[in-house]
Amino acid sequence: MRRNIAFISIALCLAVNAAVVATNISFAQDKSVPEKDSLKPASAFQSISDEKQRSVALFEEAGKVIQHPRCVNCHPVGDRPLQDIAMHPHQPPVSRGEAGMGLPGMTCNTCHGAENVKVVGQAETIKSIPGNPNWHLAPIEMAWEGKTLSYICKQIKDPQRNGGKSLDGIIEHMAHDDLVGWGWSPGEGREPVPGTQKAFGELIQAWIQSGAACPS
Amino acid sequence: MVTFKLNGQERSFDGDPETPLLWVLRDFEKLTGTKYGCGIAQCGACTVHMDGTTRRSCITPVSTVDGSEIVTIEGVTGKEADAVRKAWVAIDVPQCGYCQSGQIMSAVSLLQMTPKPTDADIDGAMAGNICRCATYHRIRQAIHDAADILEG
Ligand code: FES
Ligand code: FES
Repeated sequence: MRRNIAFISIALCLAVNAAVVATNISFAQDKSVPEKDSLKPASAFQSISDEKQRSVALFEEAGKVIQHPRCVNCHPVGDRPLQDIAMHPHQPPVSRGEAGMGLPGMTCNTCHGAENVKVVGQAETIKSIPGNPNWHLAPIEMAWEGKTLSYICKQIKDPQRNGGKSLDGIIEHMAHDDLVGWGWSPGEGREPVPGTQKAFGELIQAWIQSGAACPS
Repeated sequence: MVTFKLNGQERSFDGDPETPLLWVLRDFEKLTGTKYGCGIAQCGACTVHMDGTTRRSCITPVSTVDGSEIVTIEGVTGKEADAVRKAWVAIDVPQCGYCQSGQIMSAVSLLQMTPKPTDADIDGAMAGNICRCATYHRIRQAIHDAADILEG
């Protein structure tokens, strides 16, 4: 009898665990089709004669990238990164830890290597594990999750909350940073952010050159 | 040709550089203590140490371990590993055992960095190691016990 109860409880544990894993995994990767060319170039905004209006329009266009889940997922408002187009909490459950690199025993690089890696496991949903040599979470003062574009715009310009960057530093970061660039090459099974990093960098540059105005 | 240190010994591998480290360990090195659970970085059964921190070997192309130091459950040594072994045996942590080498590699790594972990530290380090038999309560207890052993 005792054996039976033990057996049933094992079976139950297995079923519960399997269900938990299956639910999490089934949400773990995007299904939507890449929309590569949907970022307008900076030149498309030249016709707006009012400089402030042009600046706002440029930032709103750049916002298609900034507010894309691929970027926001690693700019969470809490300590746990998000995953997938649906922006659900990261599975397995991980936490930002020191310098956004994870916790002792479960740092980001426990799974995320220098490059995206195709998985060997048979999974409908997870086709690759994303990677970059500098894989980490954005500091909490750079949280974008749930913020309006207007808020994010002021936040990006504020040296207190942008890692002490000047306006030129922001252009450099957006246009050339390798981890930012990962958003356009996120690996198999993931929708990239729209456009190209070059076009995005040009939008940011044109936004700053037109006075870096923020949407209201 | 990929060359790396495995449990203290120089090893090399000249097959497909994309071969997962887990395959190299189990099929070529015949070190079968490290387990395959999911192949998608979701279960932790394949955990090894790479250059002193935990690494999921199922999603680690062998090309990326060139020049690195890999430690598996067969080769893990030191005072933290000794304490974990003692604590694990004392309260019979494993049930079926399948997940346990991964659990132990994560636990040893945690103790190497955080000798006296809190429950929150344990949750943080062990969250990616799934146990189908749900031995979580004993794993937590044994990590605390191992920390006590380390303290002396
Ligand atoms: S087998 Fe590597 S994490 Fe599951
Ligand atoms: S002891 Fe059976 S899976 Fe953990």
